[in-house]
Amino acid sequence: MTTVAVKPATMAQALGRAMRDAMAEDPTVHVMGEDVGTLGGVFRITDGLAKEFGEDRCTDTPLAEAGILGAAVGMAMYGLRPVVEMQFDAFAYPAFEQLISHVAKMRNRTRGAMPLPITIRVPYGGGIGGVEHHSDSSEAYYVATPGLHVVTPATVEDAYGLLRASIASDDPVVFLEPKRLYWSKAQWNPETPAAVPGIGKALVRRTGTSATLITYGPSLPVCLEAAEAAREEGWDLEVVDLRSLVPFDEDTVVASVRRTGRAVVVHEANGFAGPGAELVARIQEKCFHHLEAPVLRVTGFDIPYPPPMLEKHHLPGVDRILDTVARLQWEN
Amino acid sequence: MTVQELPGAGASYRSTPPPAWRPRTDAAPLLPDPEPYRVLGTPAAEKLDPELMRRCYAELVRGRRYNAQATALTRQGRLAVYPSTVGQEACEIAAALVLEEQDWLFPSYRDTLAAVARGLDPVQALTLLRGDWHTGYDPREHRIAPLSTPLATQLPHAVGLAHAARLRGDDVVALALVGDGGTSEGDFHEALNFAAVWQAPVVFLVQNNGFAISVPLAKQTAAPTLAHKAVGYGMPGRLVDGNDIAAVHEVLSEAVRRARAGGGPTLIEAITYRIEAHTNADDATRYRGDAEVEAWKAHDPVELLERELTARGLLDAAGIQEAKDAAEAMAATLRERMNAEPVLDPMDLFENVYAEQTGRLREQAEMLRAELDAEEQS
Repeated sequence: MTTVAVKPATMAQALGRAMRDAMAEDPTVHVMGEDVGTLGGVFRITDGLAKEFGEDRCTDTPLAEAGILGAAVGMAMYGLRPVVEMQFDAFAYPAFEQLISHVAKMRNRTRGAMPLPITIRVPYGGGIGGVEHHSDSSEAYYVATPGLHVVTPATVEDAYGLLRASIASDDPVVFLEPKRLYWSKAQWNPETPAAVPGIGKALVRRTGTSATLITYGPSLPVCLEAAEAAREEGWDLEVVDLRSLVPFDEDTVVASVRRTGRAVVVHEANGFAGPGAELVARIQEKCFHHLEAPVLRVTGFDIPYPPPMLEKHHLPGVDRILDTVARLQWEN
Repeated sequence: MTVQELPGAGASYRSTPPPAWRPRTDAAPLLPDPEPYRVLGTPAAEKLDPELMRRCYAELVRGRRYNAQATALTRQGRLAVYPSTVGQEACEIAAALVLEEQDWLFPSYRDTLAAVARGLDPVQALTLLRGDWHTGYDPREHRIAPLSTPLATQLPHAVGLAHAARLRGDDVVALALVGDGGTSEGDFHEALNFAAVWQAPVVFLVQNNGFAISVPLAKQTAAPTLAHKAVGYGMPGRLVDGNDIAAVHEVLSEAVRRARAGGGPTLIEAITYRIEAHTNADDATRYRGDAEVEAWKAHDPVELLERELTARGLLDAAGIQEAKDAAEAMAATLRERMNAEPVLDPMDLFENVYAEQTGRLREQAEMLRAELDAEEQS
């Protein structure tokens, strides 16, 4: 048995590799978007794809998000599997009518006759010092739309595994890429990548007994760091990585919260009507008698995304998570 | 400091354009003719194909009857709404007839007649408007995209499908229908731009029927014609009399041929008129006068062709009666079938949202199942 050396790889490399492998295996997979070809994407995620597969399969499109996604709908109608890049979170908004009126509904409108296997890659979230319109966490819009799957990786393994699963899915998937984790590294073997659970499965990233932190995407490393720091305060925190917002793995979340009796939901997106609101509601419904304290949230403030020099005050950090965990010491 | 005073700015300043500045010299040939193209009532009509024109006539008569029947069904409450194409039948039918079997039609909500003329069962075409489901047919089986209610959003789909077909080496042309109001939408612009850049085998037919609900064309656009819009994208624009089925058929056929041969997209503006209101929910008397409607009725697409064919001895009273009888038979069957209550299963609500039902939807389906069971028992 030969062993292949496992090297450190970044999330960006794993995402690119996922598209490359999907394109190599399935000639119907097409990558398209602004700058994805010659430049390899502004984050270089699609680097090398146009060279390897030609411009017909990794296409630089005109700069028009509704047109990109609308054309992808037509391509999917004809049997292709488009992987569309939206470049930055807030650049996806012009494509919302296509996304909501057509991408999300086509299977349902046609009673299953015309599924649309489109993967929409949206680099999202803050923490990279981007100027305005480059750091939105727009997941609430996507998760509120029936017909879409919404997933977000937080690890290098998941970046590869979840993107492969998304491209293979017969349903449209909004694939949220936490751009501040693009350069995070892990020991990862691109030749024989470890299999990861697919869309719809949450994972317990750290076991604990005192309380559960429920999070996803860019906030996972922050939660893991907070969990380590909390040990000094006597808290043994469990950390659940949702990985998939739609479908939402209720079983894993409920089982964890019932074990620990306390929960905090952590995400960058605005708190009001954000994904955390839904999660907290479900936990109250399913775990009421197991709860030792109200379920709390640590989220971004309910403000337009702040300018880069102020974003550190907006983004949930370790201290804010620890302060919130301290509030779980609930006394009637 | 003026331009002349700029350092290094001498006689040679701007003598050579920057490399990105490459003026197109072929804009003029892309411009539409100033007058809409016409065939009926002109010497060009001598070359008409009698078989094709007799078929067009039968389809026009049937289309007019279909419109009348659908409007009647709305009054009887059998259709939730019907956007009539009375006056526009020539465009609808020509659009269906110019396509080969493997080609695709991308209709808007108003274009059920085009779908029917392409061979779709009228009941399936009207399912959306009856309200028992959104799309009453399998788009792949008929190569008719779902009727699009949002304006112009089906146009980028047509471009993407045509592009995909070409990438796969298939001989497929996509024909997309849009109204005059739809040309103001961003998706119209993006679709035309993509189509031209990709040289996709797609044809855009704008049915300019004068009004976007109540807003007249003059308040919709400042362009000389909608066909002029083609020039900015680098594709030819054609202007045609939308009530002259021979002209629409010819212009569309030429565009479809061009697309099939790899010549890229064409934008066609057919000038026509919506004789009836936008839908049964609209009061057209609030925004236009009888004189205007009457003038357009005198330019009726069915009568235009009937007059031409009768004058040329290509159609007689028996032929006219035959077309009317066939249309009446279609209407009778449609009426009868639409009077039957559609069979609805509320549990269908949870089908086909996703390939695999989510846990959340399973719970909600169980809730509805229980409600239905309780209803049945009471």
